[in-house]
Amino acid sequence: MDFDYAALGLKAGIEIHQQLDTREKLFCHCPTVLRDVAEHNGEFFRYLRATVSEMGEIDRAAREEMMVMRPFSYYAYDTTCLVENDEEPPAPLNPEALELALTFGRMMGMTPVEQVHVMRKLVIDGSNTSGFQRTALVALNGSLPMGARIESICLEEEAAQRVEGDTFSLDRLGIPLAEITTAPDMHTPEAVKEVAAYIGMLLRSTMKVKRGIGTIRQDVNISIREGARVEIKGVQELRLIEEVVRREVQRQVNLVAIREELLSRGASVDEQSHDVTALFKETGSAILKRAKTIHAVCLRGYAGLVGCEIQPGRRLGSEMSDYAKKCGVGGLFHTDELPAYGVTEAEVAALKAAVGAGPDDCVVLVADAKKKVVCAIEQVRRRAQMAMDGVPEETRKMLEEGSTAYMRPLPGAARMYPETDVLPVTVTDVYYNGLVLPELLSEKADRFAAEMGLDLSLARQMVYSRRCALFEEAVSRGVKSTLAARTLLGTLKELSRDGADVAAVPDEGLLDLLLRVENGAVAKEAIPPVIRALSEGADIAAAIEAVAPSISREEVRAVICATIAERDAFVREQGMRAVGPLMGVVMKELRGRADGKVISELLKEELAKIT
Amino acid sequence: MESGTQVTCRYAGADLEGTYITDRDGMAVIKLNSGYNIGVDPSCLTVAAPPEETVAAGAISVRQDTSLPQLSIISTGGTIASRVDYRTGAVTSQFTADDIMRAIPGLADIAQFRSEVLATILSENMTPAIWQTLAQSICAEIKNGAEGVIVTHGTDTMAYSAAAVSFMLDTPVPVVFVGSQRSADRPSSDNVMNGLASAAAATSDLGEVAVVMHASTNDDTCAIHRGTRVRKMHTSRRDAFQSFGMGHIGSVAYPSLDVTLSADAVRRRPDTEPVLAAKLEEKVGLSTFYPGMHPDVIHAFDGYRGLVVSGTGLGHTSAPVIDAIRSLTDAGTVVVMTSQCLNGRVCDRVYDTGRDLLAAGVVEGEEMLPEVACVKLMWVLGQTTDTEEAARLMATPLRGEFTRCSENGL
Repeated sequence: MDFDYAALGLKAGIEIHQQLDTREKLFCHCPTVLRDVAEHNGEFFRYLRATVSEMGEIDRAAREEMMVMRPFSYYAYDTTCLVENDEEPPAPLNPEALELALTFGRMMGMTPVEQVHVMRKLVIDGSNTSGFQRTALVALNGSLPMGARIESICLEEEAAQRVEGDTFSLDRLGIPLAEITTAPDMHTPEAVKEVAAYIGMLLRSTMKVKRGIGTIRQDVNISIREGARVEIKGVQELRLIEEVVRREVQRQVNLVAIREELLSRGASVDEQSHDVTALFKETGSAILKRAKTIHAVCLRGYAGLVGCEIQPGRRLGSEMSDYAKKCGVGGLFHTDELPAYGVTEAEVAALKAAVGAGPDDCVVLVADAKKKVVCAIEQVRRRAQMAMDGVPEETRKMLEEGSTAYMRPLPGAARMYPETDVLPVTVTDVYYNGLVLPELLSEKADRFAAEMGLDLSLARQMVYSRRCALFEEAVSRGVKSTLAARTLLGTLKELSRDGADVAAVPDEGLLDLLLRVENGAVAKEAIPPVIRALSEGADIAAAIEAVAPSISREEVRAVICATIAERDAFVREQGMRAVGPLMGVVMKELRGRADGKVISELLKEELAKIT
Repeated sequence: MESGTQVTCRYAGADLEGTYITDRDGMAVIKLNSGYNIGVDPSCLTVAAPPEETVAAGAISVRQDTSLPQLSIISTGGTIASRVDYRTGAVTSQFTADDIMRAIPGLADIAQFRSEVLATILSENMTPAIWQTLAQSICAEIKNGAEGVIVTHGTDTMAYSAAAVSFMLDTPVPVVFVGSQRSADRPSSDNVMNGLASAAAATSDLGEVAVVMHASTNDDTCAIHRGTRVRKMHTSRRDAFQSFGMGHIGSVAYPSLDVTLSADAVRRRPDTEPVLAAKLEEKVGLSTFYPGMHPDVIHAFDGYRGLVVSGTGLGHTSAPVIDAIRSLTDAGTVVVMTSQCLNGRVCDRVYDTGRDLLAAGVVEGEEMLPEVACVKLMWVLGQTTDTEEAARLMATPLRGEFTRCSENGL
C-alpha cells in the first residue's frame, strides 16, 4: 500500500521526547535511575479529578478521562521521595536539565525564552500523582539543515510508567525530558523518519541523554487535506515511524471514503437505543449471557461499513469500541460481524427486528452493567455520528506494528495553568551564548575516519555506541584506534551474543585492558576471556591472572624450545618456513598468555639457531 | 497593561500571539495560545485587542436537596477554601456555599448547606479574637438549626482553633474542622475527600469538636480526631494530622463515606442547647525549654497571666529556669508544665528537678499537648481570676484533652 502523498496533501510534524541523563530529577533531588518493580518498598493509591483551569474551563481530554472514577496505585522506591508522591512541594527547576535543553536550542539556532515559567499540564490518566505534568517552554523557532522548522523546546517531567492496569511505578516520574516540536513541514513518511533520525543524532551528540528502549519517544502529528489532525503518541522505535505515517494516511483515506459512502446512502444514527437483554436470555454467547444489561443502537445505512477494515487489523467497529471502552465496558458486537461469537442467525434476525433495522443498517450491541452500557451506547452513537464528518481530531496510541487506537480527544490550551510552587528562571543572553556546543556525532564520525583511519561505517558505529567516550579516551592514551574500535564494537557484541552481560563491564576495566594489550603486557588473544571475566564481576587484575597469568619471555622461550624439540624432523625439513605452522601450536599452548608478536620474535630466534 | 489584554509579541523572528497576564521581575508574563506562559521584555508587546469579558466560573447554580440534613459551612480561609487568580497571582477565599458545592460536587448528596465567610486569612494570622468570633458563629448556626457545622481552616494552626472552640463551646452536634494539604487547584488535591468526609462526619452521631483529615497517604480513610488531642505532624503529607494520647475517635471510609465512631467519641445530644463561654485571656504564653535556655526567656513573660512550658521528658527544666519560673508564679502567673515528648504524661514527682518545679508553683499539665494546654489556659483564665481555681481547672479534664489513665497503647 502506497499513496501519492503530495496529492493527498499529507502534512506531518513530530514531537520528540528525550529523557535527559542528568544526575537528579527535574523537580527533586532523587537520582534518575529506573528500577525493577520488584524492588518497590511502598505502595499507595489515589483518585484524580479534573479541575477547572485558570480560564474557568475543564479540559475536554481531562473530562473524558474522568468518566470513570478509578483508583490509581503507585509503587515507591528507596530512590523516590515525597515529591513523586505528590506530598511535598517541588524543588527549583534542575539547572543541569535546563542547561541541556538550552544547549539543544542553540544547536538548532533557536531563541531562548527570557524568563522560563513552569506550567502544569492537566493529565489525569494516572501517569502523574499530581494529576498534571510540569512543563516549561524554554526556546523557540529554529531550523534543521534539511529545511524542517523547529517550533519549540519544552523541558518536562517524565510520567510514571504503567506497570499494569491502573498501577504505576514512580521511579521514572520526574526524570527530565526535552520535548522538541517540529512544524508540520514533512510531506512523506520518509521525510518524517529522516527528521526524527537527525534530531536523535543532535540529542545524542551531547552525550547527556538516556539510552535504550523507551528513553526516546516520538509523537507524530498527521493529517491529509480531507482528513484531520491526529496525534499518535509514543512511537518508540525509529524503524516504525514511516509505517505509522503510512497506516494513518491509509486510515484517513478510508474514513473519508466511508464518509462519502454514508452521505451518499443518506445514513443516520438512531437517537434511541433499545434494551434487548431479554432477546439473549438463552443465548450461546457467554459474554451476552453473563451481562446484566444489553443495549442496542441502530446505525441506519451503515451496513458493511462498520466491519470495513481501515487499517491492518482495525475496522470502523474497532474505533467505536475504543470510544465505548471509555465507559468501562470490554467492547461491543455489531451485525456486520454477526452471526459469530456464539450469537446465532436467528438471534441476529430477532435483534434487527427489535430495533427495526433494514438490510442497509448495522446494529451495535453493548453488554455490561446498566450504567456502563448507557454510557457506552452514547459513545458509540457519538463515534458513529462522527463517521459522517470523516476523520475526528484525536489523540491515538500506537499498537504493535504501527496501527493505532483512540486514546482521547486532542487536548486544548485549557489544560495548562501555572505551577505556582516553582519560581520562574531568567535566561540571560550572556549565559545562553556562553553555552558550549558539543561536536555533532556526524562530524565526529567524519573526524574519526579522517584522523584515525577508521573505516567510515565503523566510525559511524563507534560514535553511536555507548562506549564512544571510552573509545576517545583510549585512543588519546595511545591505544590503536582499530584495536579500540574492534574491541568495543565487535568483541563486546560477540560476547553479548554468547550470553555475557557486557553492559555490566565497567569502562575503567575495558580501558585498563586495552592499555595493557597495547603495551604488550596482555596478549590480544586474551581480550575476550578477560572481558567475560570482567562481566562476571572480577576486577581487572584478577581477570587477567585467571585467564592469562603473566608469563616471562624465558618461559615463552622454554615452551618454544619444547615445541621445536618435539617436531625435530619437521623443523629440519622446513627450516624458517616452519614459523607459520609452529606459531599456531605455540599460541594454542600459551592460550593467549603471551603476545603474538613476542612469540613470533622468539620463535624466529630459536629456529634461526637450528637452521 | 490590563490582565487579559490580547497581545502580539515580536520575538524569535516571529509574531507570538497571546494574553498578557502580569508583570514579574520587570518581565511581561504572557500566555501563548499553546497554553504556555513565558516572560518577555515588555517592549516587544503590541496590543491586539482589549481583555475579553470572561464568563465567571460560578455561573452554574447548585441544587440543594431540602430533604437532607442542614449543615453550615464556616470558612476561615486556608488552602481548602482558596483559589489562585492566575492572572493577578492573588489568592481569593470568597467561598460561598455554592462555590464549595461546585468545587466538591458530591456534597449536595450528603446535606443541604448554609455558609458564612468568617475570615479569609492564612492560618498563621489566626488570633484568639477570631476564635471567639468563630465560636459565636458556630453557636449561632447550631441554635439556628444546623445539625452539624463544618469549619474550613488552614491546616497549620487548625489544631489550635479546634482546641479553642472545644473549650469555648459545649456543642450537642458535630463541629468538624477540615482543611487540605494540597491545593484545590490540583487534580490530586485532598480537598474533595476531606471535604466529603467532613460532611459525612458532620451528619453523623458525633457530638463534639473534631478535626477530619486523611488517615493515610492513600485515598481510603479519613480520621476523625478529637479537637483537643490532635496535632499537625508533617509539613506536607496528606496524613499530617495525628491524635496523641488516644487513638482517633472515628473514621470515615472513602468513597463510601461510612462513618465509624469509637466508644470514646461523645455522641450527639439532639435536645440539648449549645453552651457558649467564649471569653479568653490573651496574655498567655507558650515556651519550649531547651538545654542552655537563658532565664531571660522566661522573664520575657513577666506580667503574663499564664505560661505553658514545654519541658523535657517527664516535665523538666534547668535549675536557672526554675528560679525564673518561681519569680513568675510569685507574681501570680499560672505556670503549667507539659512535655516535649508529646506522647505521655507529665510527672514532676520522680526527680528532684520536678519536685523543685512543683515547689516553684508549677501545675502539672498531665498528658496535654503543649499548645492545647496553652489554649486551655487562655480559656481557663478567661473564666476565673483565681489562680488556685485556674490550677484546679487545668488539672481537670474538661473536653477530653486528657484522661486520668493513660491508654496502654497495646
